[in-house]
Parts: sequence; structure tokens; C-alpha cells
Amino acid sequence: MNVYADNAATTRMSDTAIEVMLRCMKEEYGNPSSLYTIGQRAKEILEEARQTVAAEIGAEPGEIYFTSGGSEADNQAIRSAALLGKRKGKTHLISTAFEHHAVLHTLRKLEKEGFRVTLLDVHEDGLVRPEELEAAIGDDTCLVTVMYANNEIGTIQPVDEIAKICAAHGVLFHTDAVQAVAHVPIDVKKSGIDMLSASAHKFHGPKGTGILYVRRGVQLLNLIEGGGQEKGKRAGTENVAGIAGTAAALKETAEAMREKTEHITAMRDRLIEGLSKIPHSALNGDAKKRLPGNVNFCFEGIEGESLLLHLDDRGISASSGSACTSGSLDPSHVLLAIGRVHDVAHGSLRLTLGEDITEEEVDYLIENVAQVVEHLRGFSPVWRDLVQGKREFIL
Amino acid sequence: MALYSEKVMDHFRNPRNVGVIEDADGIGEVGNAKCGDIMRMYLKIENDIITDVKFETFGCGSAIASSSMATELIKGKPVSEAMKLTNKAVAEALDGLPAYKMHCSVLAEEAIRNALLDYAEKNNLPIDTVGM
Ligand SMILES: Cc1ncc(COP(=O)(O)O)c(C=O)c1O
Ligand SMILES: [Zn+2]
Repeated sequence: MNVYADNAATTRMSDTAIEVMLRCMKEEYGNPSSLYTIGQRAKEILEEARQTVAAEIGAEPGEIYFTSGGSEADNQAIRSAALLGKRKGKTHLISTAFEHHAVLHTLRKLEKEGFRVTLLDVHEDGLVRPEELEAAIGDDTCLVTVMYANNEIGTIQPVDEIAKICAAHGVLFHTDAVQAVAHVPIDVKKSGIDMLSASAHKFHGPKGTGILYVRRGVQLLNLIEGGGQEKGKRAGTENVAGIAGTAAALKETAEAMREKTEHITAMRDRLIEGLSKIPHSALNGDAKKRLPGNVNFCFEGIEGESLLLHLDDRGISASSGSACTSGSLDPSHVLLAIGRVHDVAHGSLRLTLGEDITEEEVDYLIENVAQVVEHLRGFSPVWRDLVQGKREFIL
Repeated sequence: MALYSEKVMDHFRNPRNVGVIEDADGIGEVGNAKCGDIMRMYLKIENDIITDVKFETFGCGSAIASSSMATELIKGKPVSEAMKLTNKAVAEALDGLPAYKMHCSVLAEEAIRNALLDYAEKNNLPIDTVGM
């Protein structure tokens, strides 16, 4: 059996989106900036896509900017808000310790440029506390950027409350919603979000295309200088096929989400229940306030990469926050942020389910993860020490 | 291209000499808590010859395969020869390791050396530390 359980890394492309893109590439090759018919047809496709995307997140078409991906959208939103804030003498930025590197590294760079950055604690449950955010806001705060849902442990942040607090203090609120768009219902107006980033390949669209929503009235600076595309905010001839594919995928996946959330959630909970039976294991992040398809566990006494390799042999694609999978020395900053110590963080496993996951597949995952964990513990010196009482169990 | 060579995957899937030796003559452990690889080597030594070797490893594919290959390389060898085992020899025997995984093979070399030093210490033997 083959189970692709790494949908947080990327998703399989939607057939509808592929068809839309193929047609675009074959027939609509015009430059949307050209005045003749084939150029204007491409322009129309672009604007239709903008409308579709806007409608799916409760925005107006004029508030949607297409980018080269989630990373670019994050970079632009944050850098723009920071530089605009600086003009008013506001140089304080607030975020969380477990953001994606597209956010964290942008912030780190801004810090070197003289900005002050506060990273909020996300606690053991992987959730920001709105009151702690409010306490962190000062007169010089120009931006709060908190992810909608975490990419590793899937926890969904109290976005509405955060937005309310930001509005009350006159601070811009950006959210990296790359993992959330098309997976949970999102309405930027109802939530009061000023800026939002999304990425097409996380909802069955193409890689290398992203979305930046910027509320009307919020100023935006561009990262890329050049032509006047995207109202002068993002230069470069538009990726027409990619953008059309993004819109098609978003529409289809958001529809599927409305139909299948209950199913995916049930599958997630079945998986959590099954894996919880493995001794000395623990779920990472709040059990309920998490993405419908996200399961993330730590297993004591084993290391994540070897777990992944054995699962791959059994047809299962998954990911881990262990250091050895990332090529860095430290395990995932997300797991460290929720207080997992190194020893345990190395033995993490993330399984992110697709909409079509079946009960049989979930049971296959449970059975195989349990077998591999047992196999690896069988010759782990750490496990031996734990069992013999020479080392204390953490989980 | 796959992350690891076929040889690495073979030793990872079917590690040779896993387990413990209860009455080991030398035990060596190295751990890199940061990287997340910990290795323990057990040696049985008779008349200066390594007659048996077992290992336990907590770690990535490269760490497990390196431990396994290292045990194969020293089994039946005299102590002096085993002392000269290098991580390079381990990596080469595995048909290479990705550059950022070389440190995992260093651990195998160190675990064996620590086990040999433990043996020497327990038996009050002088041990040739040249090249260490
Ligand atoms: C939360 C989050 N933000 C940003 C990104 C970056 O998106 P992209 O790969 O489209 O640049 C990702 C994807 O890995 C993500 O999960
Ligand atoms: Zn390693």
C-alpha cells in the first residue's frame, strides 16, 4: 500500500488545475500587459483568477496580489509593514517562536537592520495567548505577524482575537496562512486580518505561486522592482498559467474542504488514537485546535530519520523534525518552542493527511509506525537505558 | 538520486551485529546529543583478537549503517588493527555518505576506539594510541 502522508510539505496537483494550466500555456500565451486581443485574453484570465481567489477568502479582487509563493508573500508583507512603520518611528515587531523560516528569517534580518523583535511563547499546546500578545504591544509596535496554523504541529491560532487586539491598538496584523487556506474556512473581513499569505502548492495548486492579501487602505511596498504589474507592487510578467491553476485549485480544494472536513478530522483522530497506544509517545500540539489533517508525535528512544526511511520502504511518505533529517544540528525549532527537549524532539513524526485518506490507510499507518518504532527501539541504547531505569522516561 | 547508496540502505535495513554482549571485554559509547546520534559498542576479545562485536544505535540512517559496517570491518581483527579504523574507511566501505552525514561515521570510529580503550584500561594493557 502507498500512503502519501506529507500534505503539509506539498500536495498532489489537482487534475482540474493541471488542465486549466495546460490550456493556458498552449493557447493563452499572450502577455497580460499587451493591448492586442491575445494579451487581453491573458489579462482576463488573470483577473478572473483574482476574483476567484478573493471570493474564497472573503476579500475584494483589488486586495489580492500574486507572488512567487508563500515565502515571497511573507517576506513582502513583513518587510513592507516594517519599513512603513519605521517612517513613523515604529520599529517593534511581534511574532511567535514557531513561525515558518520565511517569517523568522525575515524578522532576524530586520533585527540586524535595527528593528526590535518580540517572539511570543507558544506554550506546550502550541497556542499563542492573546493576553500575552496584548501585553507585548507597545507604542512603537508596527506589526504583529502570527501564523494561522503551524506547519509542523498544525495548531490553529486564535486569529480573530489577535486581530481584534491589533485593531484596538492600531497595529497591523499579518498572518501566514499557508497551511490554513483551503483547509479551514477563512474570511479575512470577518476575522479582521490586514494581510495574509498563502501558497498554491499546499492546496493542490502549482509550486512557485503564492497569494498576498492586503486589506484596502493598508499601504504595501514592493520587494521586486521593475514593471508595473500587480498595481506596481510586484514587478515581472505574470505567471498566468500558475495563477489560473492557483485559482482553480483553491476553488476545488475549498469546496472539498467544506464537504470533507468532518471525514478528515475523524481520520486524524483515529490516527491520533492509534498512535497514542504506542508506549512512551506523545502528541505534539493541542489535540483539537489543530488542522483537520495534521498528526505530529514524539516517540521516545528513537530517531526520526531512521523512522522515515523505514516508513518509505513500506510505501509511506512522512516527515520528521529530527536534526538529521534537516541536515542541521538542532531538531525542529517548533518542537523546541513547545518545550520538547532535544532527546525527544529527535524522535518526531509528522503525518499530514489528504482529503481522500481512507480508514484502511489510517490503519496501515498506525500498524506500520508501531512496527518500525518497536524495531528501532529494539537496538536503541537510549531505549535500553530507559527500560533498565538508567535514564528517566520523559514521555 | 536517492539520499543514500544501496550499500548504506542494505546495512540500514539489515544491520549486522546488533545487540549487546553481556560479558563484554570492552564497551564504548559516544553520543552527540545535539545531532541526535548515540552509539554503543560491545567487544569480546580473546588473545588480542576481536572475536565478537555487537552494537546499539539511536540515530539516523547514516549512523545505523555506519555502526553496522564498522562492526563488520573489525570483527576477527587484532586490536591494533581495529584501533586504526577510520571513519573514512567506514564511509568508503558504504560506497560513500552525503557530506553532511560524514559526522555520523565519525561516531562509529569513536565508539569502537572507546570500547578498545575500555578494554585496555580494564586489563591494564598498554595500547598504541599513535594516530589517535
Ligand atoms: C507556514 C508556511 N509558510 C510559508 C511557507 C513557504 O511557502 P512556499 O513554499 O510557497 O514558499 C510554507 C511552506 O513550506 C509554510 O508551511
Ligand atoms: Zn546522523
